[in-house]
Amino acid sequence: MSEHIVPRTTYFAVFGALLVGTAITVAAANFDFGRMNDIVAMTIAVTKMLLVLLFFMHVRYSSRLIWVIVASMFFWLLILLLLTLTDYSSRDWFGSNVGGIMSR
Amino acid sequence: MSTHAEAIEHGHGPEAAHEALAHHFDNLEQQREAGALGMWVFIAQEVMFFGGLFLAYLIYRMKYPTAFMAASNHLNWKIGTFNTAVLITSSLTMALAVWATQTGRSRKTQVGLMAATLLLGFIFLGVKAYEYNEKYVDGLIPIAGWFDPVGHNVHIPAGVTTGQYQMFFWLYFAMTGLHALHMIIGAGILLPIMWMAWRGRFSPEYHSPVENFGLYWHFVDIIWIFLFPLLYLLGAHFGKGH
Repeated sequence: MSEHIVPRTTYFAVFGALLVGTAITVAAANFDFGRMNDIVAMTIAVTKMLLVLLFFMHVRYSSRLIWVIVASMFFWLLILLLLTLTDYSSRDWFGSNVGGIMSR
Repeated sequence: MSTHAEAIEHGHGPEAAHEALAHHFDNLEQQREAGALGMWVFIAQEVMFFGGLFLAYLIYRMKYPTAFMAASNHLNWKIGTFNTAVLITSSLTMALAVWATQTGRSRKTQVGLMAATLLLGFIFLGVKAYEYNEKYVDGLIPIAGWFDPVGHNVHIPAGVTTGQYQMFFWLYFAMTGLHALHMIIGAGILLPIMWMAWRGRFSPEYHSPVENFGLYWHFVDIIWIFLFPLLYLLGAHFGKGH
């Protein structure tokens, strides 16, 4: 199996999409979507990240082994974020209110 | 793909004679894939490194949402947008530099594209230094004794404490500072790779240093893709400030 060479046109298309994504995220920030603000911003950021990962970083054309590393990278990041959040967001459930996110 | 035993049996073929092939690999393809795999494991570790800061951001952001929106207003989104575009462009020139070595373009093309990447990286860092100075002028450096926004006529809205403001700027400096450090290290790694390219070391058969450096540079770009909306764009609809 030999190396896949991504054509230049793909790189330029991804570059254009990343600039458009940046413009959309700046434009969207001027509107208040309430609780959706962060979801909108992060959806755009994740889309941009996937474009960089798949094309600039060649993951789309890489071996299964690279895919396993990339998938495990996200899996461990999710463990870090989600498990910690279960702690912080549940601290004030039973009234002790020490360091809970909802406490002021 | 030949096994090691076969390689010994057949002696050293023309590929094995390539000066860049290390003795413990069967062929250049295996060597290239092993290098890329190692780079990806390093990047996975880097994700955990930055992940801790993103986690701290997430928790304090949920705890002090109003303070974070107000503090975010002190960052200049126009400068942030400009720097995002600069960094994305540097990712494009780096991707093209990898392409240039893969397709065996002239060493001038290879070095030129890497030099463009380096230049754009320095523009980004220069703009960052300008922004850091702005924060210094406004008393927003989150160090005890320095952090004094009120004394520098920075308006802090009702219901928000200076401590909460300081936490945003602590995270701002920690996250963008670690990101900038990665870019400085990246520039330091790119220079010797440019020197290798200038000496004609890279070819369609061998270009792992360029490829793996590209992975690092794009990773640093991805971190910024998340930092930009999380730090700069929270306050856009909060109030007309700055």
